[in-house]
Amino acid sequence: MEMPSTLLDKLWADHEIVRRDDGTSLMWVDRHLVHEGSHHAFAKLAARGASMAEPALTFAVVDHYAPTRGRAKIADHDIARMIATLEDNAAAHGVQIFGLHDPAQGIVHVLGPEQGLTLPGLMINCGDSHTSTHGAFGALAFGIGATEVAHVLATQTLWQRKPRAMRITFEGVLGPHVTAKDMALGWIAQLGTDGARGMAVEYAGDAVRGLSMEGRMTLCNLSIEGGARFGMVAPDAVTFDYVKGRPFAPTGAAWGAGLAAWRRLVSDRQATFDREVTIDAASIAPTLTWGTSPEQALPIDATLPQLADVPADKRPAAQAAYDYMGLTPGARLVGTPVDQVFLGSCTNGRIEDLRAAASVLRGRKALVPGLVSPGSALVKAQAEAEGLDRVFADAGLDWVSSGCSMCVGMNGDLVGAGKRCASSTNRNFRGRQGQGARTHLMSPAMVAAAAVTGVLSDVREVVR
Amino acid sequence: MAGWTHHTGRAVHLPLANVDTDQLIPARFMSVPRSEGYGSYLMHDLRRDAAGNLTPAFPLNRATDASVLIAGRNFGSGSSREAAVYALVDAGFRAVFAPSFGDIFASNAVNNGLLPAVLDAQGLTAVQEALTQQADCVVDLEACQLSIGAVRVPFVLEESWREKLVNGWDDIDLTLHHAPQISDYRARRAAQIWVWPKAGS
Ligand code: SF4
Repeated sequence: MEMPSTLLDKLWADHEIVRRDDGTSLMWVDRHLVHEGSHHAFAKLAARGASMAEPALTFAVVDHYAPTRGRAKIADHDIARMIATLEDNAAAHGVQIFGLHDPAQGIVHVLGPEQGLTLPGLMINCGDSHTSTHGAFGALAFGIGATEVAHVLATQTLWQRKPRAMRITFEGVLGPHVTAKDMALGWIAQLGTDGARGMAVEYAGDAVRGLSMEGRMTLCNLSIEGGARFGMVAPDAVTFDYVKGRPFAPTGAAWGAGLAAWRRLVSDRQATFDREVTIDAASIAPTLTWGTSPEQALPIDATLPQLADVPADKRPAAQAAYDYMGLTPGARLVGTPVDQVFLGSCTNGRIEDLRAAASVLRGRKALVPGLVSPGSALVKAQAEAEGLDRVFADAGLDWVSSGCSMCVGMNGDLVGAGKRCASSTNRNFRGRQGQGARTHLMSPAMVAAAAVTGVLSDVREVVR
Repeated sequence: MAGWTHHTGRAVHLPLANVDTDQLIPARFMSVPRSEGYGSYLMHDLRRDAAGNLTPAFPLNRATDASVLIAGRNFGSGSSREAAVYALVDAGFRAVFAPSFGDIFASNAVNNGLLPAVLDAQGLTAVQEALTQQADCVVDLEACQLSIGAVRVPFVLEESWREKLVNGWDDIDLTLHHAPQISDYRARRAAQIWVWPKAGS
């Protein structure tokens, strides 16, 4: 009889070429995604005089440095050079590129799924930690560093140790206005930023099954903030419906073969995990971060912890976070004034996210300035077809082009020093959105609620 | 990349947890080619005050000759930016000791000859105490041991990573030894017609 296996076991076995005695596996890479930041890897390839092994399996995307305004003529020389370098490298190696003016341009983790490059059962790598997003399709997807990117370029393979398997099961049903973002921030707050270190997390349970692909991508995207390099959801009808008909997705006989292969991508009933955590979905409230680490997160109706109530090993970090964020222990989160808002990123820049934010903003005015950058040009077009751009503009927010934008600020979209930003992004690290910027991570609906009240607010109260 | 087994240098203690890659090198410095050197960007904002002046109290500003970093939990968490490792290496660091590391940071470190060594709680306390007396230390990759004066502390390092650091191995060279297995695998994978991106899309 065959040993019961996890989804991770099956995906791993499908991609393992060789396993060395020391336990390291040589893995086959089905899709490789590169962006402007991959210049180091191309330089390494050039330094060895090596060529690419499989140019047809690599796709280049302009996102990290993509200007969200004034694209016709890029004013900043460094940004123009970063984009030109990627274009040059793609051209030199015969790699298909989704450039700045491509009608499908967008953030790599939004574009891949949208184009059908992301499929169940694939191994997908990118020099970006949020590559775990693609695991939402039941793929083995993880971020890699520049040396590893160069290795994939040269060989289409990667050396990797198999992670341990962890399952987080969300039982029951989410409450109104509670989203995948809240599920993710909730488990990270509970288990800590190294709660899933060295693990591949499979998300399961009714509340996960009930998520759209957009929601599943948000959940898997944030796995890295809890220390996991991999996040995954077993594919089902929701997955297959999303994939079908996408430009690069299989058709005809290949579609049938794909479906047959994908249907076995579930953890066997008897399979065991190295760690299991169960969370009651109904207990999750809209959640946001208050500090400078994703684990410093609380339900919106909470008060900030007294230092004495913080575990001793986390007290210095909490003190430093209070100082940096300009917050006081014992204060309520609700009512904290914000200076600006941001909607976008690979975490929450998809159409469903924009719809959720727009449903709160419709007929209301934002009391603070804000930027809305769709995750891709296709999301932008879809939002405009639905009139969402009008909702944002009427509320007083800036509707701009797609890219990583204010998630990381490489394109110049920055939060000012000391400014407090309600943000739909994934990292509240010091200075992430700009030197001295104070970031609160939350769902798009919660960002919209902060926009229309000018303070951190419970979206459930705002829409009541 | 040259391998190494022993390193003699000076250690500096940075008592902070969750030093993420955005702290190690802010994003705005990452468009620079590596050949220009990344050392001056290491913890750029963390070691300066709001006016941009170096803070004298910051440990790395006091120990400018340090090559061994003793850090807190979850060091190098966050993004995959290998530039975080370049900044450490270009600033002269050869080893980082911490109770835990961001996964991608640790593999990036090994790929650049930088040791990411795990210390347990007891070891960390012993090292901290020893450092109040002196900063000179020896890192021994053969014995997996850090010595500061008479204090000897074992550290944990995955064996495959230890071998890579000691031998200065380059993964691409190693992989090319497996060319026949790779081409066998590729042929099997090619038979699965759904795997390949639809042509002409
Ligand atoms: S949106 Fe942010 S997290 Fe996502 S790929 Fe871009 S920079 Fe990285």
